[in-house]
Amino acid sequence: MTEIIDILISASFWAAVIRIASPLIFATMGELICERAGVLNLGIEGIMVIGAFAGWMGVYQGLPLWGGVATAMCAGMLFGLLQSILTVPFGLSQHVVGLGVTLLATSSASFTYRLMLPEVTSPPKIEPFQPLDIPVLSDLPWLGEAIFQQTALTWAAFAVAGLTAWVLFRTPLGLAVRAVGENPAAVEAQGLSVTGLRMGAVIVGSGLMAVGGAFLTLSAFSSFFFEMVNGRGWICVALVVFGAWKPGKAVLGALLFAGFDALQIRLQQTPIGTHLPYQLFLAAPYLLSILALILMSRRAEVPAALMTPYNKGER
Amino acid sequence: MRLEPIANPSTARRLGLPALALVATLAVAMLLALIAGANPLDTLGQIATGALGSKLAVLETLNRATPLIFTGLAVAVAFRAKLWNIGAEAQLYAGAIVAVVLGTGAIPSPLVLPLSALAAMIAGAVLLLGPVILKTRLGVDEVVTTLLLNFIMLLFVSYLLEGPMKDPMGMGWPKSPALIPEARLPRIIDGLRLHWGFALSLISAVVIWVIQTRTTLGFEIRAVGQNPEAARFAGMPVNAVLIKTALLSGGLAALAGWSEVAGLKGHLSSDLSPGFGYTGIIVAMLALLNPLGVILSAIFVAGIFVGSDAMSRTAGVPTYIADMLMATALLFMVLAILLTRVRVVRG
Amino acid sequence: MTAPKPEAEIVLRLDRISKRFGALLANDAVSLDLKKGEVIALLGENGAGKTTLMNILFGHYVADAGEVQVFGQSLPPGNPRAALAAGVGMVHQHFTLAGNLTVLDNIALGTESLWSRGLGRAAARAKVAKLSVDFGLAVHPDAKVGKLSVGERQRVEILKALYRDARILILDEPTAVLTPQEADALFATLRKATALGLSVIFISHKLHEVMAIADRCIVLRHGRVVGTVDTHTTDKGQLATLMVGGELSLPRAEPRAPGAVRMRFDQVFTPDRGATPGLKAVTLALHAGQITGLAGVSGNGQAALAELVAGLALPSSGRLSLNDVPIDTWSPRLALAKGVARIPEDRHHQGTIADFDLTENAVLEAYRSRRFSRRGWMNWRAAKSFAEEIIAGYDVRCPGPGVRIRLLSGGNMQKLILGRAMSGGSSSDGPEIILANQPVRGLDVGAIAYVQSQLLAARDRGAAVLLISEDLDEIMGLSDVIHVISQGRLSPGFGRGTMTAAELGLWMAGQNFAHDQSEAPNAA
Repeated sequence: MTEIIDILISASFWAAVIRIASPLIFATMGELICERAGVLNLGIEGIMVIGAFAGWMGVYQGLPLWGGVATAMCAGMLFGLLQSILTVPFGLSQHVVGLGVTLLATSSASFTYRLMLPEVTSPPKIEPFQPLDIPVLSDLPWLGEAIFQQTALTWAAFAVAGLTAWVLFRTPLGLAVRAVGENPAAVEAQGLSVTGLRMGAVIVGSGLMAVGGAFLTLSAFSSFFFEMVNGRGWICVALVVFGAWKPGKAVLGALLFAGFDALQIRLQQTPIGTHLPYQLFLAAPYLLSILALILMSRRAEVPAALMTPYNKGER
Repeated sequence: MRLEPIANPSTARRLGLPALALVATLAVAMLLALIAGANPLDTLGQIATGALGSKLAVLETLNRATPLIFTGLAVAVAFRAKLWNIGAEAQLYAGAIVAVVLGTGAIPSPLVLPLSALAAMIAGAVLLLGPVILKTRLGVDEVVTTLLLNFIMLLFVSYLLEGPMKDPMGMGWPKSPALIPEARLPRIIDGLRLHWGFALSLISAVVIWVIQTRTTLGFEIRAVGQNPEAARFAGMPVNAVLIKTALLSGGLAALAGWSEVAGLKGHLSSDLSPGFGYTGIIVAMLALLNPLGVILSAIFVAGIFVGSDAMSRTAGVPTYIADMLMATALLFMVLAILLTRVRVVRG
Repeated sequence: MTAPKPEAEIVLRLDRISKRFGALLANDAVSLDLKKGEVIALLGENGAGKTTLMNILFGHYVADAGEVQVFGQSLPPGNPRAALAAGVGMVHQHFTLAGNLTVLDNIALGTESLWSRGLGRAAARAKVAKLSVDFGLAVHPDAKVGKLSVGERQRVEILKALYRDARILILDEPTAVLTPQEADALFATLRKATALGLSVIFISHKLHEVMAIADRCIVLRHGRVVGTVDTHTTDKGQLATLMVGGELSLPRAEPRAPGAVRMRFDQVFTPDRGATPGLKAVTLALHAGQITGLAGVSGNGQAALAELVAGLALPSSGRLSLNDVPIDTWSPRLALAKGVARIPEDRHHQGTIADFDLTENAVLEAYRSRRFSRRGWMNWRAAKSFAEEIIAGYDVRCPGPGVRIRLLSGGNMQKLILGRAMSGGSSSDGPEIILANQPVRGLDVGAIAYVQSQLLAARDRGAAVLLISEDLDEIMGLSDVIHVISQGRLSPGFGRGTMTAAELGLWMAGQNFAHDQSEAPNAA
């Protein structure tokens, strides 16, 4: 127990929690926007991979860091466009299309990587985002290290979450997105385009997922590995359910999740960790996601038209 | 635009559009080759020779197709009931683990092969049971749970290979001890590198086809997949049907891992499957979920992978072209299948 | 009401509208004019093309030919936004409301620029409040729509149109879900609207409503206008003849003495489901040789009652018995084995599997019987001959048993379901109990007559029939005993001809229940 308490009171632990949560927040907001509009986007895993790759490759080719973020976002939106064309106007199975897009995005990243760096054995590093120095706050004892020494991309993650919540619940656009995920016929009868809203939500959401992936290469690891996303996308799908399709709760879920992740990394170094196989710690996030799904299964208010395609002819 | 159902699609439409999807995939292949700076036609030719150009190549393709037939069947059976089992990868490893546990001396008699096959199927079935019960009881989406279980299972395999199941003679490589000879699947014909797992996969496909078309269970599975509400109203035990489907699907996926260990590799390592579970989804979709079609599509998919490996060694196009082509084929195919049933009309 | 002057301004003109769906010509050169302050009724039986025409007017569909003019301007096709902007408001048959949003949000949805910041609600709130008063449409602006009753939702739908300053209101079968009293309130609202200069198109297949509210009536049959008549110079008989193209002859039931009790509900309760109430202390007896009609606005517990009969559920408390034997275990299979025939409410989602062929749909319930399977092996030859028997015996018009059922018309689909249900059961006289849940909804007149005559024939053979319908005319025409269900409570049984529609309407609205609970229920 004392080991756990030691970890919990260390400032570096809390800094890690926020850092680990950041990519999850981006991608979870992206998925949340898609699902609020009625589209389950299982392309998320692959879109995070292509985002991680495109952002990193962009910077490696000489773009500034924010240019890398923009590149990632564009790549994500491109795959979001594919996802949305197939699932919205054509109304194909969101499950199958999502897995197909994940596969296509992932293999596109691998293919392009090999094409651009045919001889490389270990991927080159880039100079990642550095923690921002905020006057006064960053210098606070404990609190400064725990919270206020993060990169700009982390701050952007929280800003995106706030913006998502504001748009969804405080603007006509968000109202329309929530309505189209509940009853597309209501949106059409009021003269708005179901196809436009849904495709827009999927494209924007996919852009955010890709930025979540880019966070891994541009702010966390400074390099690109094939397996680096490693199921984070699926975890974000679970986080949306856990957050009951509400941005605030989803951010809390991401933080909680990151907390367990940061804890398990540190516990591995302690005497407890040496007695238990490290794989158990690594499996914790996935087990936790399943648990979250079970806990929330009966409570959450699912968007009523989630996974239901809309075709004007079928009434 | 609007989609309008076609009352009686013509045969040309029903067969032509899926064929067109495959042609479009080949076009993408040529495009990718062009991007990689290779001659498109040569690249296609080299993939074809790599897959089918020699006796050795054909055998390699059939060996690669064997686990894909099993996982393709697992997915086809499940998807028919709209049970989205994306966890064939984990179920495959469950079967592989059982093959090692029972095949390294636990049962020395000649019974080891049938017993371990049966136990493997049970292990795979049980692994899928959890997500299915969560789905039927609590409404938890099985896509996410089965996906997450894949990651957990890989970590479990890694733990086993570094701990309890580590081969003391492995010289540090994380792999299991080798199976005893009695636990190995023999070759179909002496001297040809093709084991009985391939024959078993063909038999499984036929069995599944018979179940789907000739039995009450098959009728129930199709009914539940098409319209669970009507099936329930008609008196079908929907949840029981889903559980039976899951047992069938998980068992088939486990046989993939079992036959890889018992037939091909002779031991378990954490790179046993290069995503056979996920590729099974593509195999099943390309086969339009038809069990007999799975045989053909698995051989096709295996050929693309084997051929791409060979091609990339000479033509310099990254071998990942195979994965891209599979994803493209999947997306083209689902679109083609839709367009056999509907046409796009204005307004 | 006062008819508008002949020279009144024409606000809407449909000019030779045609629309084809596959092989079906849904609208064939339909033309009509609507004048300011006028109510016209669009009359026609199911499938006559009324809804298609209005969907073209509103821009949901694009016409193959023809033109829509509103206030002299032609509307661009396929653009609901343009129709809204031109002053056309549509109240759909299936409400187009988002249940997770408030009344105010549903009304304001799409009226502001999507890119504007913030939701300005003060002005909207005031406008909705004023419209509520002006048109007699009381509804709480901050209530979640998902929690509202059907009548309240319809008011929101009308408010949506009025909020956009609609000058032309289209109402598609608006009374189908209302009690007679609620329908009267709706008519009062429409009169207020026309007095204020609005024009109304009222789509219906109910003649007495059309006579009550409309100035002119345009009759559609098979996608064509077959007559335009002034309601002041016509009568129901003439309209009916126009509508169906011949004399309307629905089967009439002769009174008949009831037999033994086949199924009995004793103080039955079922749990509530969201906004839908469960059954509350329902006591009911289904007698052999009698049609028991269940009237009520949809969503008042009919589904729960039907599930009990069909074998899909058991009461949470209270007792269900079959031929005086209490039912302890219950399932669709048991129900079928005990001679309960079931015609489900929704033939597309519950009754059939769209992509299965007729053979497969025919044996959907009985595939486990020894006739169709042995030890898990299907006997498809027997199944096919069974399907052929139904096709021949119940006049199912189709190319053959191998055709997918989605290609059949609603009437033929329903005939297959009927044949399947009637062929089940243990005794050779057909089923003992028949659950007929909305058996003729959406059918054309010929199919309606056929299905109803089959139900009457089954009654005369001694079956106990439970007829559930939202259509009071249908209930009153066929039932030997009528019960009304409201908020999960069941009224006493009223014998044939003892109650007027208005009296039943009061029960449907939930009145009379409190002090009637003590009376002996089921006075049949």
